[in-house]
Amino acid sequence: MTSPIRTRVSRDSEKRRDLLERMVLQGPGFLFITIFMATPITLVAIYSIFQRGRFGGIVYKATTENFTRALDPVYLGVLTDSLKIAGITTVLAIAIGYPTAYAIAKLPTKWRSIALVLVVMPFWTNFLIRTYSWIMLLNREGLLNHALMKFNIIHTPLDLLYTQSAVVVGLLYGYLPLMILPLYASIERLDPQLGEAAANLGATKARAFFSLTLPLTASGLIAGSIFVFIPSLGNFIVPELLGGGKTVMVGNLIRDQFLKARDWPFGSVLALSVIALVFIFFMLQNAVEKRFSSDASE
Amino acid sequence: MQSFLGTHGRKLTISSIAAGIVLLVSACSNSSTGASGALDPKADLTKQSLVVSNWAAYNPPDLAAKFEAAVGPKMTITNHATNEEIMAKLTSGADSGIDVAFVSGQYAQALAAQGLLEPIDAALIPNLKNLYPEASKLPYDMGNKYSVPYTWGTTGICYRKDLTGFDPTSWNDLLNPVAKLKGKTTMLATERWLMLPAQKLLGYSANTTDATEMDKVKAQLVATKKTLLAYDDTTFYTRLVSGEAAMVEAWDGWCNYGITDNKNIKFVIPKEGSDLWVDTMVILKTSKNKEAAHALINYILDPTVNSWVISNVLYKTPDKAAMDLTAAKLGETYPNMLMTPADLLKQENLLDLGSSGPMYTKIATEVTSSK
Amino acid sequence: MMPVNKTLRKIRPLKVILFGTFAFLYIPIFALMAMSFNGSHSPFILKGFSFRWYSVLMHDSRVIHGLINTLIVATGSTILSSVLGTLLAVGLHRYTKSSFLNAFALAPAIVPDIVLGIGLLALYALLSVSLGLYSVLLAHVVFSMAFVTAVVKARLAHTDKYLREASMDLGATRTSTFLRITVPSLAPAILAGALLAFTLSLDEFVIAFFTNGPTTPTLPIVIYSMVRFGVTPEINALATLLMLVSFTAVIIAQRMTRPTEDE
Repeated sequence: MTSPIRTRVSRDSEKRRDLLERMVLQGPGFLFITIFMATPITLVAIYSIFQRGRFGGIVYKATTENFTRALDPVYLGVLTDSLKIAGITTVLAIAIGYPTAYAIAKLPTKWRSIALVLVVMPFWTNFLIRTYSWIMLLNREGLLNHALMKFNIIHTPLDLLYTQSAVVVGLLYGYLPLMILPLYASIERLDPQLGEAAANLGATKARAFFSLTLPLTASGLIAGSIFVFIPSLGNFIVPELLGGGKTVMVGNLIRDQFLKARDWPFGSVLALSVIALVFIFFMLQNAVEKRFSSDASE
Repeated sequence: MQSFLGTHGRKLTISSIAAGIVLLVSACSNSSTGASGALDPKADLTKQSLVVSNWAAYNPPDLAAKFEAAVGPKMTITNHATNEEIMAKLTSGADSGIDVAFVSGQYAQALAAQGLLEPIDAALIPNLKNLYPEASKLPYDMGNKYSVPYTWGTTGICYRKDLTGFDPTSWNDLLNPVAKLKGKTTMLATERWLMLPAQKLLGYSANTTDATEMDKVKAQLVATKKTLLAYDDTTFYTRLVSGEAAMVEAWDGWCNYGITDNKNIKFVIPKEGSDLWVDTMVILKTSKNKEAAHALINYILDPTVNSWVISNVLYKTPDKAAMDLTAAKLGETYPNMLMTPADLLKQENLLDLGSSGPMYTKIATEVTSSK
Repeated sequence: MMPVNKTLRKIRPLKVILFGTFAFLYIPIFALMAMSFNGSHSPFILKGFSFRWYSVLMHDSRVIHGLINTLIVATGSTILSSVLGTLLAVGLHRYTKSSFLNAFALAPAIVPDIVLGIGLLALYALLSVSLGLYSVLLAHVVFSMAFVTAVVKARLAHTDKYLREASMDLGATRTSTFLRITVPSLAPAILAGALLAFTLSLDEFVIAFFTNGPTTPTLPIVIYSMVRFGVTPEINALATLLMLVSFTAVIIAQRMTRPTEDE
């Protein structure tokens, strides 16, 4: 038994050391985010209460008009479409990414890092070129149509490109590694004996998966979903190239306000509303994740 | 919104603080810019160096090397993909480090209106005399006060005669295509050129800001969208070459790239008329190498240099002396190179839309996102 | 008998899945590589086998310069963001319950790139700094870090606390516990995060466009501006070379490292 005084002293110094450790661990990161993200966003946010100058630029007269304009049905329609497209992309990325990450984690150790690099290597080529290669594959005069017609599977070329489905395929292709990597990181740490233990206790495979594996990998799943969902929502190149410009997403909208209309105040409002929406998602996700991890550890 | 901004008094405080911060931004950036005094015609050009932003492949690849050898200043060419990108960079308040930018006329107009451009000193550019007189009387910049034209041209229909089976003559052929061409046409997505065909077909100005007129333009374009293969600003001519498309809205020079690959490709200005666009060279007020910048513009306007430039980029230039040297020869392969200034001046010059810009962007969104 | 069958049954569907995913990932890449040997200047016109574009590439100083710039930015931002992101993830895991702070740490990943690009440009203007490669590098660190943080945090969940207590009970200091216990146990996640950061930076265009100096374009900027005349197979040739180089590097690394260090 230690004396009460000694405990307090050591608890105090322990607390001080905790604080120091926290500063060392979190300080640099948060400082960096504050300078290079929070400040720039604040600068942009300030634009949102002003007016566009006649030739672009900002006129420093306050207005709330930018906010009311954002509620126009055309913008809400684009937002709904974007949420739908990004949502479908994310679901498909989970459907493909989860088993893939699982399969990689089950490979012999020496193959794992190779498989991981193979997953990201296509993405070391340029995004635009990768997207163009889908045009070469899918267009009416493209490889897929030629192949299908050669084998008499079809007789007239299919219009595969310039549809919302083509946009989804392009986004899925673009962001699949962002799903696989975090999933891999969380699946890889699973103890294989857990599954065997569950099986020995008579759990079915499905039950073992849903009650053990899934909760234990939830954080990777959620991280991957965010990484796929967010950039899909903001992408404007895929809708332009694979959607033939006939699908408009919220990323196109924001880009157009900043660049084409040179309406920075309104662009800021649109950007802020997307950021706010996603930030709320994020906080919800964090709450869910906490629930999950506390469930799992019980 | 009201609760977000609070009472009137608080709203004022917030906005004045915000304005203060933003003014500080611009103040800081202005303080770092070069002095803009009178230019020295005897400045030692070899001591200056130029950073020039142009569209990629819109100048001969060895332009910088030749200019350095002939005139002296070191020159770096950097690229932008669109007018919009370079505009955002130039108007952000930061020092872009760019001395000379290539932008379309209506963007030069907007840059000048924001006080970002150095007035052109005609005394330093004797080769201005080579320009067609018409080229200095265009409304986006009367008298070439802030910009010097580099190329000019128009927008029309570029098509594969062997696929269409007929020669289109009207914007109607593109906007309401016959059944067999449905799904085989493309339009430009950049909003001024997205609106142009419908504006002309309906008999309106390409610079109209009338809401009722624009409503009709929108209705036409929404109907047209259902017949389009895609909106395409960059690869439309390769679609013609591959046969994926039969008829596309195109800039004249870009149609020429298609003609290089397939002689069945032809270009026509529809009978309802079109636009006259001008790509210009402008000197930024922030430039510290203004004498060298003028020297570059003068160098490009030299007849031999400029005829070499246009043989490379296949666009027409308002430089009469250069056109006289090469247009006839280029015209054998690329008939639209033979268009005269009179042909071009029949078309309408695009102007900056001022406060109606956002209306165009909104209509463009309504059209392209329509179902 | 039994266990062998069991392993086989377990492995086969996984192999099918891996094969399917890699087919999806690589078919467009092979199409892209095949096009680099196309003699014509457009990916849409076929014209015989040729090395023409490889020789064009070798003489294109803009592309080579851009590639070097990109590698500098990607390497620098990956190192910085891996360090900062790992520290931040561990710090958040140990000390921070607040949903807000956790979301704040990941926020750079959710801000639309064009907004971050324009905002950063405004910030650099405010600080009157002239733009160059370092301004792109710093911008890339801020969003890469969010990705590293998220991946590392996803792995931290349970074991951290016990391992650390055990180590400190054995008398190790905080620093040596961190370096010898925490970091190695996080290695796969840090590697995954670093790969992500590198990959994202390598191909980032929008933020780089706004924050780079006029004489230091990164490769994506060079490529995006080249599409004014459509994509030429020159870029395909570059992509093919990059793939070959990285693939060879991976194989060599594989041969050289011992297949045991993993936990």
